Amino acid sequence: MNISVRWLRELAPGLTDSPEQLADRLAALGAPVEEILPLGAGIEGVRIARVLEARRHPDADRLSLCQVDGGEGVVQVVCGAPNVRAGIWVALAPVGCALPGGLQIRKAKIRGEVSEGMLCSERELGLGREHGGILELTGDFRPGAPFVEALSLSDTRLDVEVTSNRPDLLSHLGIARELAPGGDAGLSLPPIPGGIPATPSWVRGEQEAGTATFQVRVEESRRAPRYLAAVLRGVRVAPSPPWLQARLRAVGGRPINNVVDATNLVLWELGQPLHAFDLDRIQGETVVVRAARPGERLRTLDGEDRPLPPSILCICDAQHPIALAGIMGGRESEVGETTTSVLLECALFDPPTIRAGRKLLGMSTDASYRFERGVDPAGMERALARCIEVILATAGGSVEPDGVDVAPDRWTRPRIELRTARVERILGIPFSPAAIRDLLEPLGFDLEGTGDPGFRVGVPGYRSWDIRREIDLIEEIARRHGYDRFPDVLRPFRPGTVPEDPFFRLQAALRTHLVGRGFLEGLTLAFVPPSEGDVVLAHPLTVEESRLRRSMLPGLLRRVSFNFHRGSRDVRLFEMGTVFAPPAEPGALPREETRLALVLTGGRTPAHWSGEAAPVDFWDLRGLLEEVVEIAYPGAVPSWVALEGATEFRDGSAVRVLLEGREVARGGEVRPGVVDAPRWAGPVLAFELAFPPAVPLPMAPRYEAIPAHPGIERDLALLIPVGMEAGRLPEGIRQAGGVLLREVTIFDLYDGPGVPEGFRSIGYRLLFRASDRTLSDEEVTPAVEQVLTLLEREYGVVRR
Amino acid sequence: MTELTSRLLDLESEALGALDAAATGEELEALRITFLGRKDGRISSILRMLGSLPPDERKAVGAEANRVRDRLEAGISERLAGLEGSGPAEAGLDVSLPGRGSWVGGLHPVTRALEEVCAIFESMGFVRARGPEAETEWYNFVALNTPLDHPAADEQDTLYLEGGGLLRSHTSPVQIRVMQDHRPPIRILAPGMVYRRDAWDATHAPAFAQLEGLVVDEGITFVDFKATLAEFARRFWGPGTQVRLRPSFFPFTEPSAEVDVRRIVTLPDGTVSDTGWTEIMGAGMVDPAVLENVGIDPERYSGFAFGMGPGRIAMRAWGIPDLRLLHDSDVRFLRQFAR
Repeated sequence: MNISVRWLRELAPGLTDSPEQLADRLAALGAPVEEILPLGAGIEGVRIARVLEARRHPDADRLSLCQVDGGEGVVQVVCGAPNVRAGIWVALAPVGCALPGGLQIRKAKIRGEVSEGMLCSERELGLGREHGGILELTGDFRPGAPFVEALSLSDTRLDVEVTSNRPDLLSHLGIARELAPGGDAGLSLPPIPGGIPATPSWVRGEQEAGTATFQVRVEESRRAPRYLAAVLRGVRVAPSPPWLQARLRAVGGRPINNVVDATNLVLWELGQPLHAFDLDRIQGETVVVRAARPGERLRTLDGEDRPLPPSILCICDAQHPIALAGIMGGRESEVGETTTSVLLECALFDPPTIRAGRKLLGMSTDASYRFERGVDPAGMERALARCIEVILATAGGSVEPDGVDVAPDRWTRPRIELRTARVERILGIPFSPAAIRDLLEPLGFDLEGTGDPGFRVGVPGYRSWDIRREIDLIEEIARRHGYDRFPDVLRPFRPGTVPEDPFFRLQAALRTHLVGRGFLEGLTLAFVPPSEGDVVLAHPLTVEESRLRRSMLPGLLRRVSFNFHRGSRDVRLFEMGTVFAPPAEPGALPREETRLALVLTGGRTPAHWSGEAAPVDFWDLRGLLEEVVEIAYPGAVPSWVALEGATEFRDGSAVRVLLEGREVARGGEVRPGVVDAPRWAGPVLAFELAFPPAVPLPMAPRYEAIPAHPGIERDLALLIPVGMEAGRLPEGIRQAGGVLLREVTIFDLYDGPGVPEGFRSIGYRLLFRASDRTLSDEEVTPAVEQVLTLLEREYGVVRR
Repeated sequence: MTELTSRLLDLESEALGALDAAATGEELEALRITFLGRKDGRISSILRMLGSLPPDERKAVGAEANRVRDRLEAGISERLAGLEGSGPAEAGLDVSLPGRGSWVGGLHPVTRALEEVCAIFESMGFVRARGPEAETEWYNFVALNTPLDHPAADEQDTLYLEGGGLLRSHTSPVQIRVMQDHRPPIRILAPGMVYRRDAWDATHAPAFAQLEGLVVDEGITFVDFKATLAEFARRFWGPGTQVRLRPSFFPFTEPSAEVDVRRIVTLPDGTVSDTGWTEIMGAGMVDPAVLENVGIDPERYSGFAFGMGPGRIAMRAWGIPDLRLLHDSDVRFLRQFAR
């Protein structure tokens, strides 16, 4: 929302703050200023000029050769703007003039033709973003007049950020009310030069009303609760006078003509959008507010010929739509040079209606922006009268004595109970009834009662959209008191009843473990291309991010490619995140699961002068996987099964981890080609682990007596047929070894000379120990025999 | 015990005695040849005899002979090493060379910021809770007092899912889920990913981490709200941090505020560094309508809530210029935050 400081000061005569002070105050009131823009700064040298002649540059199609009267004789200027032509008033930056951004104008030769100056666009003058052509000025000017003075540009523009609950701040009046020393009571509308107040008398009706010359019928009272209209005759449409143009330019608007500019002035000043129709283009002198009918179309002011969405709210004449209610007028009934009779509309529309309509059409205008937030239902007559006064002063003519006012219900001030004690209960410090009165009355609230126990607070129309409950008034009290003036002393608190979710403990345990193992934590987002997910976004921004991942691995493996491409050979990453699966039943939400994914490639250790580190291999991965499975599923005894046919992993180097038949993890060496790897890259290994659906509380450790007696170790070199899973034998050995057998470890694997074809020799170390005595060979030997018997019988395995 | 094994035991004690007596490298070499020499070392010759023994005996004697040989070899090498170490010619290690390293791991900067923030709030009695990332309109908007036909619903452009549901646009739905399941007093933090229909650029991503906080109890006031957040800010950014609350609007809090912090520090060289006011979170007193939506009596209970982005906090705190760096998982970037 652009605010002109000059305009603001005229509305609130007591307001003397500098623009910077205004910005600070507005921020503290909840409407921060994004930018303070001094208008006319840095363009003091620019002059008003008239283009006397414009013809094509003899040597360039796109350039024009212009003879320009800049006040000090006629100069030649080469101009590239498409809109330059003889007769228009323009802004000339003469030779020697500086422009914002550091441009210095010099006499130049452009394609062989002398150019003494530059004709400026809005953007070049720092007045706006428009750069499609040069700025055309309408009105009476004197060549050579300083541009800033001629346009009354000495002003400062504040770009104020207004939250969606405060439509009252979308006008100079609303901002002035917040800032003026006496609040609402200290405001006065600036006089209109040459203006004479002229208010029609209102012909009222619930659904329709008419005067001697026109009719208004509202068929959709819910969506258009109030509709005011007045007619002006004998107007002369022309460029607005400089004061009116300056007002609009100061807020970044573009003057069009005196009638349209008058409506825009009221929009910026009072916040009420108005629309002016050329009454002669309204068939049957009738305005109907109704839903669009099937097949109806409208060419809007922006030139678009739009098919109207079914039932969108329209302003129509006896036959056709002539405007999109609250959004944009129609081309056909637009006020132009030939217009002499004007019908002025001042309406109140239901905010959700306007919001739904403009979303259907994919557009937003100054009018719809205000209507969808809510305009002041009590300020409509004043807005219309103000607009009439401006038109009469700038376009002449007269207003018809009767206007119409169609509304089924007359608006009345809502009243809200405000309990004085409740204010303290929410805000934490006491507010006396007098203090409450002093804070609320300047904003236009009226307070009935003494304040003990409370007030009945009347809400002005412009605040009726956001002040509906007691808490809304309490917020106003806090806001007007100033958030900065509240103390910030910590008080004791009671602990909550919500237990900490154990998920976070597991997440932290895994993170700590993997960071200790030398892994960096990555963070990829859940969006994936169609091949990698089953849950589909309704309106994705790109195809590559159109679904939600079913697995973390593809995304993390892309990060490996990314790192390879940047020359990083050693990549050790992990990430914890959410994966998504389609809902269990239609209409339900997708299923979610947290996963841990890990990738590693490169050397087992960083480079060291003592020798080259071996590249990581499957056993590094499997070791890590064993560790994280134990952390995530403490005490569980998983089975490790070869994984074949996986998209990511090489057959023969991949494993699944099962717990009671459910896969909780898979990992292995990544298939060549899955990662875009340069030649120097080593093998890439990866795994993915699912978090348990309900994270168990941590297992308490249990003390076990430290062995007081030494144990006896026996090593068995066993011939294991290729294809047999040697990792399963310890389980059998443990069962056969009896109570004294405490540990079975695999310490050696050999398949060189001396081992029969089709076998591997694997060394198993058995540790026997008793807690109460030192074991003798005689006790251990039978147990070893038992183990060997079982191995031969159950597995067909013998000693080497 | 066979005759051979007892002979081995005798040999062992004899050899160990000689080992103790030996004083020079030459004497140790002589000892080695006497007992372990390939041709006629006294232990080697027993080993050579093994082939002629019956299988049972062969095994027992063999094991014992190997044991004795190994022990003697180890003893000789140890003595030799000791003699060499004291020799004048031996140079020390070049201790200027670097030691053997291991890979350095580290938390993601977003995690790191999140953990630091959580630790502060946890010391003030908050515990962590979580909720799903795919949500219903009711949890994401309606229960939070945000009608879908109000412009406030636009401010977070929501990602909807085919077949129903949406990706939560903020962590605030966790407030609702927690309040449905638990009665006050409530003091929770809810970290998690949130989603918006935003294209990637230096300050936007279609998903980012957010941290929600919620307190509901009897007698919670605006002063408690302001004090808690100011305490957090001073502990996170340092004791001299200035904290400013500005009125704002969120449909689910009232009064609502944006929280800004500013830090002015005089550096050792006398220059003054001023961060200026920077926005760190949106917050406010829980709107009574939200409490009503979960069946908590707003006349009896009140509370406050806040939401902040650990990613933005990390970027600001550690000088990360572009949000996309957070999601590249470039190891050269992540290593900078590893320690």
